[in-house]
Amino acid sequence: MDFFDNLPLLILLSSLLPGMAIFLVREENHVLRTSLNLFGAVTKLALVGLMIWGVYHEWVSEMRWQIAPGLELVLHADALSVVFVTLSTVLWLVTTIYAIGYLEHSPHRSRFFGFFSLCVTATVGLALAGNLFTFVIFYELLTLATYPLVAHKGTPEAVRGARVYLTYTLGGGVLLLIGVVWLHTIAGPIDFQERGVLSGLTDLDPWTLRWIFLFMIIGLGVKAALFPFHGWLPKAMVAPAPVSALLHAVAVVKAGAFGIIRVVYDVFGVEYAAALGLLPFLGAIAAFTIVYGSVKALSQDHLKRRLAYSTISQVSYIALGTAILGPLATIGGVVHLVHQGVMKITLFFAAGNYAETLGIHHVSEMDGVGKRMPATTLAFSVAALGMIGIPPIAGFISKWYLGLGALQAGAGFWVIPVLVASSLLNAAYFLPILYRAWFKPAVVKWPAEKPQSGRWEMPGALMWPPVITAILALLFGLLAGAPFSPLEWATLIATREY
Amino acid sequence: MSNAIIWVIMVPFLGSLVSIIWSRYASLIAIISNLAALIASTVILTQVYQSGPFIHELGGWQAGLGISLRADALSSILLVMSMTVISAATFYASTYFTDAAKRARFWPLWLMLTVALNALLLSGDLFNLYVTLELLGLSAVALTALSDNRAALQAAIRYLSIGLLGSLVFLAGVALVYAGYGTLDLAALAKVVQANPLSQVAFGLMTAGLLIKSALFPLHFWLPSAHASAPAPVSAALSALVVKVAVYILLRLWIDVFDLVLTPASAMLLGTLGAIAVIWGSWQALQAQRLKLMAAYSTVAQIGYLFIFLPLIVVLPEGTLQDAAFTALLLMALTHGFAKSAFFLSAGVIQQYCGHDRIAELGGTARALPLTIFVIALSGVALIGLPPSGSFLGKWYLISSSFHAGQWWWIPVIVVGSILATAYVFRILGHAFGPGESIGRVLNWGREEIPALMLALIATLILGFGSAELWDLVAQHGDTTGN
Amino acid sequence: MISTQLLYSLAGVGLFAIGLRATLLHHLLLPRLLALNVCGAGVFLIFIAVAYAGIEGMADPVPHALVLTGIVVAVSATAMALALGRRLESKESETMKSEAMKDE
Repeated sequence: MDFFDNLPLLILLSSLLPGMAIFLVREENHVLRTSLNLFGAVTKLALVGLMIWGVYHEWVSEMRWQIAPGLELVLHADALSVVFVTLSTVLWLVTTIYAIGYLEHSPHRSRFFGFFSLCVTATVGLALAGNLFTFVIFYELLTLATYPLVAHKGTPEAVRGARVYLTYTLGGGVLLLIGVVWLHTIAGPIDFQERGVLSGLTDLDPWTLRWIFLFMIIGLGVKAALFPFHGWLPKAMVAPAPVSALLHAVAVVKAGAFGIIRVVYDVFGVEYAAALGLLPFLGAIAAFTIVYGSVKALSQDHLKRRLAYSTISQVSYIALGTAILGPLATIGGVVHLVHQGVMKITLFFAAGNYAETLGIHHVSEMDGVGKRMPATTLAFSVAALGMIGIPPIAGFISKWYLGLGALQAGAGFWVIPVLVASSLLNAAYFLPILYRAWFKPAVVKWPAEKPQSGRWEMPGALMWPPVITAILALLFGLLAGAPFSPLEWATLIATREY
Repeated sequence: MSNAIIWVIMVPFLGSLVSIIWSRYASLIAIISNLAALIASTVILTQVYQSGPFIHELGGWQAGLGISLRADALSSILLVMSMTVISAATFYASTYFTDAAKRARFWPLWLMLTVALNALLLSGDLFNLYVTLELLGLSAVALTALSDNRAALQAAIRYLSIGLLGSLVFLAGVALVYAGYGTLDLAALAKVVQANPLSQVAFGLMTAGLLIKSALFPLHFWLPSAHASAPAPVSAALSALVVKVAVYILLRLWIDVFDLVLTPASAMLLGTLGAIAVIWGSWQALQAQRLKLMAAYSTVAQIGYLFIFLPLIVVLPEGTLQDAAFTALLLMALTHGFAKSAFFLSAGVIQQYCGHDRIAELGGTARALPLTIFVIALSGVALIGLPPSGSFLGKWYLISSSFHAGQWWWIPVIVVGSILATAYVFRILGHAFGPGESIGRVLNWGREEIPALMLALIATLILGFGSAELWDLVAQHGDTTGN
Repeated sequence: MISTQLLYSLAGVGLFAIGLRATLLHHLLLPRLLALNVCGAGVFLIFIAVAYAGIEGMADPVPHALVLTGIVVAVSATAMALALGRRLESKESETMKSEAMKDE
């Protein structure tokens, strides 16, 4: 179906073209800018809906463009790309609304939203990449598009944080490039294929493959904030809240994790990867990062930094799921891609709200905030409980499948303790916040309160997004068995990969 | 349509003479001449693409006594790049000079520079190469000195002395070649040159002379001051084109004429010098305090990348792998040409707007000159080698060829070079987006900023996505001698 | 018995070497320029030697043409270098004068 083949390109254009147009919009013209933003987001949502329908019915959607001998740009829609594209699109729409509210009186909004759209274009391109070459291109474009967002405030710390971010991510990008080119040299161009490509090629030296895997995992692990390449994430917290939300729930961190999934499943093939001994290595790094991130989160009083370390820990669940052989673990890892995204973005939206409305940046300032901002704090609580793994919120589903998968693969002896430990640590750094917010009496004066306008506790554009995403987190858990739920998709992917 | 090959040289030449007489309309004459030459160059490229390389003998006199002009894939692609950059810089230069006396001297020299570049790329014999190389050097020196301050004059004198030395060394090599083989025609020489002591000495001399001209480490010391103190359009032409054509001649000699004489060891030596140039040049660029000085050191580094290709091309077997490496070299040269000229033109805009080009004091320029800073970002992307620029593909094939040839040691050099380039490009951007006052000089953005934008777009988008034809062209009509 | 051709060629090489050494050693403009011209003379001499075809024969005209062109180029370049040198000198004495006036 010809239209269907062009669908990936159309999805890319639906944020690229409005993005480029937004750069040219004058700063004062917020009507035009907002319309362009929302138009792009809604169009993209519609197109993605179409793609979901098509992929579910196993229609093929692919676009190829020859760049040079042996190098083709390929955009391809399969089950895994659909998961990531949908996550990005839905969360982009929500974050756009939030950002419009958050940046209400800030300067340089055209620049911000322009790069914002470019960022989503790069993420979606990455999701739809059909081979390693295309993936690498969009991976680097993502770095370029996100740098101005991190440095947006223009203060010296913002510029410094952005520079750290750039160093890490471009360094990782170069390593990924080397790994990919190396692979091309020995195995030719690699298209992503379910069950992996390399297992079918018999004459490749295992040690070379192991080195290539190492290069690629380091390159991807920088963005996915695997230890010890996670250093940029806490420093990137200088970005405005919508940027932290998008970067940490959707774009950058997930791009790295998504890349790891692609490499293990669609390039190497998970059974081949296990045969080469690559999985335990990945699993060890993932497990260490999970525990490390949670431990560091305990000692952070700055709210966004605590959430940053929590992200470092949580994204490694995805890597952990990838590292355990077996469909159940795969399901756990892939579904956590979606669940963690939805939950973490709620937390960041809430953190942004606290900072905007009451000037709260630290956990110690959050006493009694539940009475003043009930909706936001309710959303925060739902997401936090989900992170800990309390049913029926989505986070429980991911951890359940990871645990089951570990038992199935015989790896239960080290995975289960890691899961238990991290859940306990999550509780240790989230529950006190909830206790403070709901049960402690409010302080007399908030650090920087904005007067309450209207019926709700804050402007709608800021309040509704976290509520919506919290509801999504709840639904993904409650309705996990329903068709088209993230769990169903993850199951679909898992069946196709084994 | 072999007349195009004449027009591309004669039109700027006539333009140069006319602009001396009618200096009032000099900029208009220059714009028209250069556009006409641009059209002629595309005609030549089309002809080469469709029917292969061709030769034109001036005046009907045969090679040996006469001058022959030869167009093949390599020279016609570089010709089109050269004319595109020159045309864009011509538009920019038409508003650059405020002093009428400087303007009157600039245009004839600028057009002669164009003539020299075109004639050099189309030359078919060694002596013509020497003459056009000298013409190029003299025009470039005169243009550099046009800034008329102490730094520029000192840089110009040094450029002239070193350039002259390089040319004389080259000429000595030419003399030895004639002594040994009795002909100077490139095609004829390609068939007869053997490896013997005479050829080896000649080869060494010619290479040495050309290395001086192409500013390979450690013979690069004249470049930074010359490119940094020349007027902006001149710097664009110098970095993007003048240095490139020296590398072009070197490639011609190495691959066509002296391919039996050269040894992998000599190629490895040049590659190593190139690697040092990449790291040294990028490091110096990072330390530079002025925008144009940074760009000049960046050129030193980028030329180094081109030389790293040499040991790979020499070692790889003939066929798709070697062709890929050669085309990637060409792609990197092209991307750098467009990107660096865009960068220098933007630096010129900034310098005229702020009154200086000190990087640390660029605060506020992002607000005042958004288009120019965007162009700097775009060309910076091409200089670092990030997608979607042509140099990303070039880097890809450089790494790939290193793996294929088993010379993996170039890869860490590329990594370090990329990281340093990232550092110095984003240093500029970091300062430009910082706080600062914006002075209110009105910009004629049509002629000042658009040319640079066009060049940067070519470097970053067109060469990145649309280079497929390039590969076909080189694969089919790679060199003229059928080697 | 050393042939004429070889003698002149060696002389050319010798001149070239002398000129080269002098160019690299001197920092001032004028000595350097003279040294470069000596270099050039050496190269031209090699060309002339190559053109020699014996007492009876006709000398090869091609190298002669090349030498003539080379001489023209060398003269132009020398002239340009001298002009630039003078301009630089006048600039430097201007700055010295204005600095001297400032000191007063």
